[in-house]
Amino acid sequence: MGRKLDPTKKERRGPGRKARKQKGAETELAKFLPPVDDESGKRLSSRARKRAAKRRSESAGAPETKKLSPSPKPLTKDAVQPSGKKGLKASGLKTGSQALFVPAKGKKRPAPPHSDEEEDSEDSDSGNEGGSWPSMDSEDDDMVDDYGVASEEESDEDDELLPIEKAAQKQRAQEAETLSQWSSEDTDEEEEEVEHSPQPKFKNDDEENEDLQINLDKDEKFVLPSGKEIEEESAQAPDLQSVHQRIQDIVGVLRDFGAQREEGRSRTEYLSRLRKDLATYYSYGDFLIGKIMDIFPLSELVEFLEANEVPRPITLRTNTLKTRRRDLAQALINRGVNLDPLGKWSKTGLVVYDSSVPIGATPEYLAGHYILQGASSMLPVIALAPQEHERILDMCCAPGGKTSYIAQLMKNTGVILANDANADRLKSVVGNLHRLGVTNTIISHDDGRHFPKVVGGFDRVLLDAPCSGTGIISKDPSVKTNKDDKDIKRCAHIQKELLLSAIDSVNAASKTGGYIVYCTCSITVEENECVVEYALKKRNVRLVPTGLDFGQEGFTHFRERRFHPTLRSTRRFYPHTHNMDGFFIAKFKKFSNAIPQSKTSDAVANPTDSTDSRLTNGLSATKAQGVPQPKVSPKLHKTKKVGKAKVQQLGAAGIKAQQQPTKKKTLFQNGKSVHKGPRTPTARTPSSSHRPPRKKQKAQS
Amino acid sequence: MRPLTEEETSTLFQKLSKYIGENIQLLVDRPDGTYCFRLHKDRVYYVSEKILKLAVNISRENLVSLGTCFGKFTKTQKFRLHITALDYLAPYAKHKVWVKPGAEQSFLYGNHVLKSGLGRITENTNQYQGLVVYSMADVPLGFGVAAKSTQDCRKVDPMAIVVFHQGDIGEYVRHEDTLI
Repeated sequence: MGRKLDPTKKERRGPGRKARKQKGAETELAKFLPPVDDESGKRLSSRARKRAAKRRSESAGAPETKKLSPSPKPLTKDAVQPSGKKGLKASGLKTGSQALFVPAKGKKRPAPPHSDEEEDSEDSDSGNEGGSWPSMDSEDDDMVDDYGVASEEESDEDDELLPIEKAAQKQRAQEAETLSQWSSEDTDEEEEEVEHSPQPKFKNDDEENEDLQINLDKDEKFVLPSGKEIEEESAQAPDLQSVHQRIQDIVGVLRDFGAQREEGRSRTEYLSRLRKDLATYYSYGDFLIGKIMDIFPLSELVEFLEANEVPRPITLRTNTLKTRRRDLAQALINRGVNLDPLGKWSKTGLVVYDSSVPIGATPEYLAGHYILQGASSMLPVIALAPQEHERILDMCCAPGGKTSYIAQLMKNTGVILANDANADRLKSVVGNLHRLGVTNTIISHDDGRHFPKVVGGFDRVLLDAPCSGTGIISKDPSVKTNKDDKDIKRCAHIQKELLLSAIDSVNAASKTGGYIVYCTCSITVEENECVVEYALKKRNVRLVPTGLDFGQEGFTHFRERRFHPTLRSTRRFYPHTHNMDGFFIAKFKKFSNAIPQSKTSDAVANPTDSTDSRLTNGLSATKAQGVPQPKVSPKLHKTKKVGKAKVQQLGAAGIKAQQQPTKKKTLFQNGKSVHKGPRTPTARTPSSSHRPPRKKQKAQS
Repeated sequence: MRPLTEEETSTLFQKLSKYIGENIQLLVDRPDGTYCFRLHKDRVYYVSEKILKLAVNISRENLVSLGTCFGKFTKTQKFRLHITALDYLAPYAKHKVWVKPGAEQSFLYGNHVLKSGLGRITENTNQYQGLVVYSMADVPLGFGVAAKSTQDCRKVDPMAIVVFHQGDIGEYVRHEDTLI
């Protein structure tokens, strides 16, 4: 009627519960959104925004002088939070230096030292603050609040800090100062210099609230420990935390070496320190960590080492001779196994995440429906691509996973000869092949180097050569420490011999085949690219694409060595990039059954010209004879025999020649492609078998 | 490696016929070629002739296995059938036994099959007849000998043995070392 009461605009007043109900979005938001006319173009924290909004609403209404009473409450809240919502105001020191408590300046507490510095820092650091209590300031200039901040000391800036905020700043400045004081008293260990450079203003709140230790290092430079420190460290048990931190620091420095290096320290010093620290932290021997550092760039190095600490996922391969992957997956899921297909590169692989039953003893396993096999072990057989009705040789077959995969791809047709040199491991081959229902296989126990004398003329050969095992460190951590230089060299030597035997066992004229796949579970260059390069030089083979579209390409150059450009078609796999064991795969195609004679290969490197001419004459004569060479089984001792024969023929020159082979042999094994000069004679044992015929010819000539 | 002699062949076939009856003929004359038995180090291997041709090149002490091993002759010339022959026995088996899922695990550990674990059994199985044991999912688990004829099996109490265990696929894991 005459009442002005409008129920839609009912104003709630009073201290009751309902008085505090929200008024609606517009009114609420006005508190938080900055009005257009606000002078600060800078970002405000949420509390600052609230204060600004309140200020605006207060100034719109009657200014109250009651602010003093509510002020302690928000102040105490602020005090609890460290740098908190002040973001912009953060001093040059991050909040990391909270190790010490430095009492804030004020009348109630003892005056801290270096108060001048604080004021300077405070002045320089006080940025724009979103809100303050203008009424308070205007009222009483000499008032000092509980935190001892006299309002005279506020800065000249437009926006003022709350007293508590100023106090916090001062506290931080003091703390940093004291820390730097203390640290200068300490020894040089792990020194981080505290810099007072003003923090960029765009730091946001999140970073402030982060783990306080981490950001400390960004401004401070990492310093290598001095000799005294190293001695102290070596005397005590290694503190893995600090070693780990140092590793990360050095990697960071090396990444941006120009900017972050310490003056007077060379890159090698950093690298050697890193090497020692990595060896300590991950428990590697010095030799192997050096090898790994040669192979991987800095960005991958730590990832690789970390990946070696963790086991690879369990994978299995369906036996398509007895079941299909779909059915097997269903049966295993029914037993309580959590699994997934392996990847689009494999039609038979499954990866097991977890299992409530032992995956190696399920009735499906016993019935031969699958075999546990590493993902990287499936790759060489995919590369080999055996066809039906072919003759395949698997030279190092134990424990039989690859052999059975070959058999299932061939659908039990053709013949596979599975050979291994280790009689104990052959038992598992027999067991696995019978269990999986492979019927086209002959299992033999022989040294792989005896092929093809035993039997040759295969269509394809798979050589999974015995190696140092540096790719399967996660399976066998003892490799970290028990491998050294002579192990690698021994492995490389055997691998070269085996590969030559494998190549000789293949019939290049095979209608469907003529391929050799060489693979190792190692990542070292000596066992992989060097062996492949050796075979390329010694036999009529060439590298062909493996058919695997993923994986890293093999090296065509490595430190001082250079390899044939076709080595790009070989593949390397790593635990940290592909989540499978470290592996190397190379596929050769043999294009001629002839065993090539290189010109000076049989010749003992002889300075006299006459012998050279004799040798070349002899060589050309043997070539004229016709090329099908006798089957060769490279054995090292043959060189010595022939060397003696040479001595008989050549007298003094022969003695020199005999001495040279041993020297050259080691050089050869160290790094092949460096020597472009006279080819080293010694390790070329296969062609040594040609010397006897040549002897006769020399007698004639 | 040599072919089997007459007595050895007859012993072998007698044993096999206990399980697969006259289907032995199917083992020898297969559509994909002729298969034969060879003896090597007292073990009988079942290979196709194509494989045999390659295998003769390998010397006696180096040859470990060829094709499928069926079993071995003991010192007294009795033939003992191995689980590795299961793949060939199972498809041609005359008499079969299906075992319940609960008793499957027990059989795989080498125990005999009790009446309580018996799922199905082929009709008119005589006592001491050679049997191939299957799981309910038709996966061959092994072989054995019937302890009771089919009629007796129905009458007997649940704890009685109905199939004597002779070989099971669990031996691949339990007796890995002696398989060779």
